[in-house]
Parts: sequence; C-alpha cells; structure tokens
Amino acid sequence: MTIDPFSAVLLSLQVGVASAIAGLIPAVAVGFWLARTSFAGRWVVSAAVLVPMVLPPVVTGLLLLDLFGRHGVVGRWLAAAGVPVTFTPLGAVVAALVVGFPLYVLAVRQAFEAVDPRYEEVAATLGDPPLRRFRRVVLPLALPGIVAGAVLAFARGLGEFGATIVLAGNMEGRTRTIALAVYTLLDGPDDDPRLRALVATSIAIAVVALLAYELLVRRQRRMLELGHG
Amino acid sequence: MADGVDVEVALSLGAFRLAVAWRTHTRSVALVGPSGSGKSTVLRILAGVERRARGHVRFAGTAWQDAATFVSPHARGVGWVPQDGWLFPHLSVRGNLAYAGAGATDVAAMADRLGIAALLDRRPRHLSGGERQRVALGRALLARPRLLLLDEPFAALDEPLRARLASDVAALTRERSLPVIVVSHHAADVETLAEERWRLVDGTLKRD
Repeated sequence: MTIDPFSAVLLSLQVGVASAIAGLIPAVAVGFWLARTSFAGRWVVSAAVLVPMVLPPVVTGLLLLDLFGRHGVVGRWLAAAGVPVTFTPLGAVVAALVVGFPLYVLAVRQAFEAVDPRYEEVAATLGDPPLRRFRRVVLPLALPGIVAGAVLAFARGLGEFGATIVLAGNMEGRTRTIALAVYTLLDGPDDDPRLRALVATSIAIAVVALLAYELLVRRQRRMLELGHG
Repeated sequence: MADGVDVEVALSLGAFRLAVAWRTHTRSVALVGPSGSGKSTVLRILAGVERRARGHVRFAGTAWQDAATFVSPHARGVGWVPQDGWLFPHLSVRGNLAYAGAGATDVAAMADRLGIAALLDRRPRHLSGGERQRVALGRALLARPRLLLLDEPFAALDEPLRARLASDVAALTRERSLPVIVVSHHAADVETLAEERWRLVDGTLKRD
C-alpha cells in the first residue's frame, strides 16, 4: 500500500485551514444575524444550519455529490469553468467545510451574543452608523470567539471522513487525509508504525486545537467581563 | 439649543406609558423618581437606542421619532453616558476618548481637564470606577453633543470623589452651554448638576 503518512497529515492540515478560511465570512454573517435578529423565523434558519451536524456524514456526502457532481446543479457549471470538485482536493475542502459549518456558526453566534448590545448603542451615540460600529466595536470584541470558531471548524474538518470519501474519494497525495489514510491502513497489519503515527498525530492536533479553542473563548470572556464598571 | 431643554415625548413601551411635554429655559435638568419609574428608559429613548417604543419624540423643534421618522442615534448628536460607562475594552483610554474623531490636542486637553492625563495608555480593565466614569464622560463630551444624557453617572463612587466629579461636570457643561439631563438617586449630585428637578411618576413628569 502506498500510503505516505506525512502527505496525509499535510493534506489534512491544508484542507482544515482552507475550510476554516472559506467558511469565515459565511459563518460570521450567519452567526451575527442569528445573534442579533429578532425575526420570528430565525429558528428555521438556525435548525437548517445545524442539519449537517445531525445527518450521517455519508448522507451529507451523497447530497454534496448530487450538487457538485459532474451532472449536479453547481458541479456542471464549475466543471465547465475548469474547476471540478469531485475527486479533487477541492472536494475534500467542500466536505470539511459543510460538515464543520454548524460548529463554526454555533461558536461565532456565541461570540457575538457575548458582546453586550450596549457597546453598540454607545458607539451609535458617538456617531457611528451600523456598519462602522460593527467594524470598530462588535467585530474586535467578538474576534477571539470568532477565531475560536475557526479553530473548532478546522478541527472538525481535520477529522472528516464520510462526506470526504463520497465526494473526494481516497486518492493518495490528492484526497487521502489522515482519517482516510487510517481507514486504508486498517486493511494491513495492526502494528504498522504508520497507523500508530497517524493516530498519535490525529490526537495531538485535536488536543492542541481544543486547547486553543478554550483559551480563545476565555480570552474573550475576560476582555468583556472587565470592560465596564 | 443654548437656551434650554426642549423635549417632547409621548410614547408607549409595553405596559410603560410616557407623556412628557418638557420645555424649560434652564440648561440642566435632573430626572428623579422611584426605581422602575422609567427614568433610564427616557434617556434611552432620547438617545435613540430604545427602538421598541412607539410614539413621538421631538428635541429643540426637530422630530427625532414619529410615525414617519426615526432619526438614528448616530445622527442625533446626543452624548449618552449610561450607568457603568461601557468603555470599549479593546481600546486604550486614548482610543476611547478619540473614538468620535477628536484630534490629539482635544483629547489631551479633555484628559487634563478630567484628571486622567496619566491614564491615556491604559486599558479600561486597569481603571478604577471613578476613572472609568471620567473617561466615559470625556468620550461623550469629545463627540460635541447637542444634549448630554447622564444615567446615574457617579453611582459607584465614594463621597469626596463623587462631589468633585459632579462639580467638574457641572462646570464643563456650563462652559459649553450644553443642555444636560441627569438621572440620579443622589440628592447632592442633583443639587450640583441640575438647576431644575423633575419627578417621573406613573409615566408623567412633574416639576418638583
């Protein structure tokens, strides 16, 4: 079996980072809207965002295949533009992004909910229109929590398996991430050192990511607790 | 608006009803009344940050809120100092004072005036309650408001500091001919800051 653990780890990190970056603006937009809107139907949007978290990832992968496959609504158009999604690293990013998005939005929403609206109100009376006070006050105060959300989405994307194997396949050096490499190595001997190395790396990255998440959330909480009298 | 406070408010907000036609030639007015009578809500409505209220608000002959109009808080030119100050925790004292665009010279002069010049590079979390209130006042004044709203501005302070800060604020607003409405439970603050005292009971305002 040609499995290079180093390439799997590198690819996983690249996929995780790319999905966290690609999801940033949508997660901030949806998370802020959910945190601040009083729109009665917001629970529908909130539930819809959570769907990939409760669906079996393989089912999510199949739905993504319908959408991004060569004959899919979006996939046809992207393939014509020379950007195929299925069985490419981009497919792995899309799978990681979609499966990690619910956690991303939950964390970002929490980050915005932690920012008391009074900061915005004071900024408004100091002459800032809505967009400017979002940029100057709300965003900086929510930033540690938003980065925490990105870290969480990155960590979730790193471990993604079901949707990835359906949408992106299991191709060495192209789409074989840590989870897929571990799955492939399960066919071989139990004491394969590559298997042990990948499992250990996986655990180490998850621990570091969760520690970073916790530290960032605490940092935001401390900043906001001590901000006023 | 150098000739007094001229405010007209007729609003409802849930069970709270308020009908105030409030014209006075004095520039500084205290709003007193029992807890829960809606004093802070009146300030929030005037500042434009309480959007759920229905009715009309006029200030100095201009409609700030009626059936067809809602002037956003950023366009009202109101300096609102809520209880606790709500300084921006990610900015230094200097950043807070300069928030509304005041230049370095104005910031330095205001900091000198309020006795916080030595604190300009500190973050709000390293300030005492009194220092925070001074910064919040300076930040509101540096935005050059047409009306200053103070909500229990000295609530967390001890007596000597409280008296000193109250007379500083009274002097600053007088110098600028700035109309000020202050909500306070503290008789001495009211005495120092306000020429007139109005009592809010059951949603109506009566001169004390």
